[in-house]
Amino acid sequence: MPDIFGIPPQALFGQLLLGLINGAFYALLSLGLAVIFGLLNIINFTHGAQYMMGAFVAWMLLNWLGVGYWWALLIVPVTVGLTGILIERTMLHRLYKLDHLYGLLLTFGIALIIQGVFRNQFGSSGLPYGIPAQLRGGTDLGFMFMPNYRGWVVVVSLVVCLATWFVIEKTKLGSYLRAATENPALVQSFGINVPRMITLTYGFGVGLAAFTGVLAAPIYQVSPLMGADLIIIVFAVVVIGGMGSIMGSILTGFGLGIIEGLTKVFYPEASSTVIFVIMVIVLLIKPAGLFGRAR
Amino acid sequence: MAEAMLSVSGLNAWYGESHILHGVDFQVREGEVVTLLGRNGAGKTTTMKSVMGIVGSRKGSVKFKGTETISLPSYAIARQGIAFCPEERGIFASLDVKENLLLPPAVAEGGLSVETIFELFPNLKERLASQGTKLSGGEQQMLAIGRILRTGAKLLLLDEPTEGLAPVIVQQIGRTIRRLKNEGFTILLVEQNFRFAATVADRHYVMEHGRVVDEIANDALEANMEKLHEYLGV
Repeated sequence: MPDIFGIPPQALFGQLLLGLINGAFYALLSLGLAVIFGLLNIINFTHGAQYMMGAFVAWMLLNWLGVGYWWALLIVPVTVGLTGILIERTMLHRLYKLDHLYGLLLTFGIALIIQGVFRNQFGSSGLPYGIPAQLRGGTDLGFMFMPNYRGWVVVVSLVVCLATWFVIEKTKLGSYLRAATENPALVQSFGINVPRMITLTYGFGVGLAAFTGVLAAPIYQVSPLMGADLIIIVFAVVVIGGMGSIMGSILTGFGLGIIEGLTKVFYPEASSTVIFVIMVIVLLIKPAGLFGRAR
Repeated sequence: MAEAMLSVSGLNAWYGESHILHGVDFQVREGEVVTLLGRNGAGKTTTMKSVMGIVGSRKGSVKFKGTETISLPSYAIARQGIAFCPEERGIFASLDVKENLLLPPAVAEGGLSVETIFELFPNLKERLASQGTKLSGGEQQMLAIGRILRTGAKLLLLDEPTEGLAPVIVQQIGRTIRRLKNEGFTILLVEQNFRFAATVADRHYVMEHGRVVDEIANDALEANMEKLHEYLGV
């Protein structure tokens, strides 16, 4: 196969796939942040730690209870989501009327505590989590060799992202969510239990982070700081996409993953900073983000 | 006298530190249209929001069909069968007209059908797919009233439904309110425009400084015109 712009196609598509994988994680995590910010007005800095918890709970299920990957995909979001509900009920719900800064500080503090506890317990070197047997190996696509597990991650992330978008933008439940994002008091005066909806929304956002953690476990090492590293980039993604837009989060997540991957091919030196450079440019031109509305 | 459908007594309300209502007393009987008149800042809107449970904090007594609701959260108050249409109309920008119309869940049997609502407000039917806030002011008001008629709530709290609307729309709202009364709805209305209020209401309460200071039956309105002018400063 001929080179493309002087780059061997294997390398180009390989990096594109890596970019798509990263983009899938960015999209899933920024989607959760967007949903939480929309309704709770809280910038959830615990998101990275909750993603990490997802990977760890999957690891614990496997190594302590012998429960494998497929069950983990179901069990982990629910259990970690429940810890999110606990945090919302005991702490976060006191902050809604205050400035964003308070929610940010609280969730940042909670993230540090969670990460500290896991580091204390498991060390910081990272633990392996095997790829499930059904998804080992790879497929020759003709133009590149595709590891099955990575293909699975891209597909399942897309499905989950689009399903979330569909529920929020196209269903009755989603219309409650959108309306409560705009004017919670009025929605409540229609007879809808908004506080419970807020609690469940936070639980859902956290569950989404944990689900992402399970997807990530076989690709990255399961380590206490895996979320802390990723979440910085995810916040840049959120800033670029604009807080609160669902489709914006999805498109920006995947798009920036791909841009990052391509940068690795064409100008590797910039690959770890390209997202932040884009963030600066977007902030200069469109401060509310590409898909955001000023609020 | 039959027991009141809505009975408010000694109602106090606060927004943060500011004490807005200082012991409001009034009653609305089933099938009545009752207005709260008063100047800006007299506490009319706050009274409605207090009945609905969406102020900062409130004390006193708000009984609906004999049930004390003062300690209930607003969603539970709504489920007793009270619906609120706010002054700013509260049309949701991220929802289209149809979603706005269907948003409030049914709280009781016997709400109007969507067809009846279209019959009352034919404009809405043609705009179903529009974004809620793309409607004209009058259409937004029709949507705001229309959507609470579906729910089965029989007590409607309408906060300045005619504010800022063209006379022909004001007349349409007036016809709608009289029709709703005939259909068995009970309506509490906040109005600045007492000439409009006089065309729809059975009784009027006058509010000043967070209290109800007077009650005037609609047929005594003419006789009390001088007093009313003084209350309202018109």
